[in-house]
Amino acid sequence: MSILLEGISKAFGSKVVLDRIDLEVREGETVAVIGGSGVGKSVLLKTIVGLLEPDAGRVVVDDQVVTELSREHLYELRRRVGYVFQFAALFDSMTVKDNLAMGLRRIAGMDAEERAHRTEEALRLVEMEGYEGQLPGQLSGGQRKRVGLARAVATRPKYLLYDEPTTGLDPVTTSVIDRLILKMDEELGVTSVVVTHDMTSAYRVADRIAMLYDGRIRFTGTPAEIQAADDPIVRGFVEGRPELMQESTA
Amino acid sequence: MFRAMNGVWGAPIAWVGRSALGTAGGFGQFGRFMARVGRSVADTRTWSAVVVVQMARIGVSSLPIALFIAAFTGIVLALQASYTFTGAVPLYFVGVLVGKTMLLELGPVLIGLALAGRVGANIAAELGTMRVTEQIDALETLAYDPLAYLVVPRIIAGVVMFPLVVAFADATGVVAGWITAINLLDLSTPEFVRGLRLFFLPFDVTYSMIKAGSFGLAVTAIGSFYGFTTRGGAEAVGRSTTQAVVVSSMLILVLDAFWAVTLL
Ligand SMILES: Nc1ncnc2c1ncn2[C@@H]1O[C@H](COP(=O)(O)OP(=O)(O)O)[C@@H](O)[C@H]1O
Ligand SMILES: [Mg+2]
Repeated sequence: MSILLEGISKAFGSKVVLDRIDLEVREGETVAVIGGSGVGKSVLLKTIVGLLEPDAGRVVVDDQVVTELSREHLYELRRRVGYVFQFAALFDSMTVKDNLAMGLRRIAGMDAEERAHRTEEALRLVEMEGYEGQLPGQLSGGQRKRVGLARAVATRPKYLLYDEPTTGLDPVTTSVIDRLILKMDEELGVTSVVVTHDMTSAYRVADRIAMLYDGRIRFTGTPAEIQAADDPIVRGFVEGRPELMQESTA
Repeated sequence: MFRAMNGVWGAPIAWVGRSALGTAGGFGQFGRFMARVGRSVADTRTWSAVVVVQMARIGVSSLPIALFIAAFTGIVLALQASYTFTGAVPLYFVGVLVGKTMLLELGPVLIGLALAGRVGANIAAELGTMRVTEQIDALETLAYDPLAYLVVPRIIAGVVMFPLVVAFADATGVVAGWITAINLLDLSTPEFVRGLRLFFLPFDVTYSMIKAGSFGLAVTAIGSFYGFTTRGGAEAVGRSTTQAVVVSSMLILVLDAFWAVTLL
C-alpha cells in the first residue's frame, strides 16, 4: 500500500528530464517533491498514474506495477488515486457540481442521491458550498484550485497526488490548502505526494521531502534533515540563495 | 558547377523530401490514432451518454449554413443551366442539371467544405484547449478513456449527422432551383419535374449520402486528431485548428474523386 518508483527515466527527444529516479512513499505518508521549475516534477507525478510512460524503470502503486497494467486495470487503479492539477484542469463546459460528479459516475453502484451527498461533502471540505451551479470561468484561481481538490477527493481515494497546489495563491489561501492536505492525511489516512516549490508549504505538510535536481533525486529527508543539509545545491534552493547553487557548479 | 546547382536545387529538394517524410509520418500517426479510437468504440457505456449531445450540436450548428449554401447553389445552377442550353437543348433539362449536380456533387462537397471550417475547426479548438489545459489528463485520472468520451461520440455524430444535413441541403437546392425555374425562366412545374425525373436514379441519393457520411468521418476524425495531439499553449491550439480545416478540406476533395472513380 505505497508508491514506489524504481529507476524511472524519461526524456523528450534529446532532453533528459528524469534520470534513474528512485523514490518510495510509504503508506499514510506525505512526501513533498521540491525543485525549481522545469526540473520535471510534473513529469514525475504523471508517471505515477500512467499519464506519461517512462522510458525505463518501474512504477508500483498499491502493489500494482503501473508500467505493465492493461488499460482496464489502469483505470481501475486510477479510481483509487486522486490527482490535483496545477491549474485545476476543471472541465470548463461543466458546472462545479458536474465536475465533481464526473469521477463519482465511474463508481459502480453509486446512485444519484449518494453522488449528490458526496459532492456536497467534498465542497464543504474545501469551503466551497454554494458554488455548485457556477461554471469554472466564474471562479477565481484559488477557488478553482479548491474545486479541483474537491473533485479529486470526492471519490475518497487512497492516494492523492498534488501538482503545485499552492503555487500562485495568496498566503491565506495557501495555508487553507495546506491545512486541507493535512486534513486529508489525518482524517482519511491517504498516502500523498505533493509537488511544490514553496518551502513553507513543504515544511507544513510533508513527513519527508525529496529534492529533484538535474534529473536526479538530490536529497531525501525529513524537514529537519533538509534544513540541516550541507549540500550547497540543497541549501541554495531551500534558503532561496541561488549564489550557493552556482558556486558548486562552477 | 554541380556545387552551384546543389546550392540552388538543394533547398527545394530537401524541402520536398522533408514534406514527404512529414506527410508519411503524419499518416502513420493518424493511422495509430484511428486504431486507438477504433478500440475505444467498445467502451459503449462511456460514449453513449454523450453522443446525442454531440449530434444535436453538429446538427444545430450546421443546418443554417448548409441550407443557406444549398439555396443559393440551387438558384445559380438553374440560371446557369438555362444560359448554357440556349435553345440547343430542351429547357426542361434545367431540372436534370439541378437535380443531378446538387445530389451528386455540390450538395455533399460544398456542405462538406463549409462544415470542415465549422465543425472541424470547432472540434480541433475544443479538444486542443482541453489538451493544453490538462482537461484530457484530468479525464484520464477520473478513469475515463478520453478517446471514448471525447472523440468517439464526435465521430459518430459526424457520420450520422452529415448525411442528414446534406439530405436537407440537397432538397433545399432542388426546391430553390425549381422556384427559380418557374419564376425567372420560361419553365412550368411539370416541365421542371419531368427534367428532374428524366435521368434520376435512386442510387443518386445513396451516392450523396455515402459521400456525406465519409466527409463527416473525415472532418470529425481530422479535427479530433489535431485537437487531441496538440502540444503547447494557446498558439498551438490555433495551429491545430488551421491544420484541421486545411487537411480535412483536402481530404474531402480526395474522397470526392475516390467515390467518383469507385462508385460511378
Ligand atoms: N509532453 C511533453 N513533451 C515534451 N516536453 C515535455 C512534456 N512535458 C514536459 N516536458 C518538458 O519536461 C521538462 C520538465 O517539465 P515539468 O515536469 O512540467 O517541470 P516542472 O518541474 O516545472 O513541473 C520541461 O522542460 C518541459 O518542457
Ligand atoms: Mg509542473
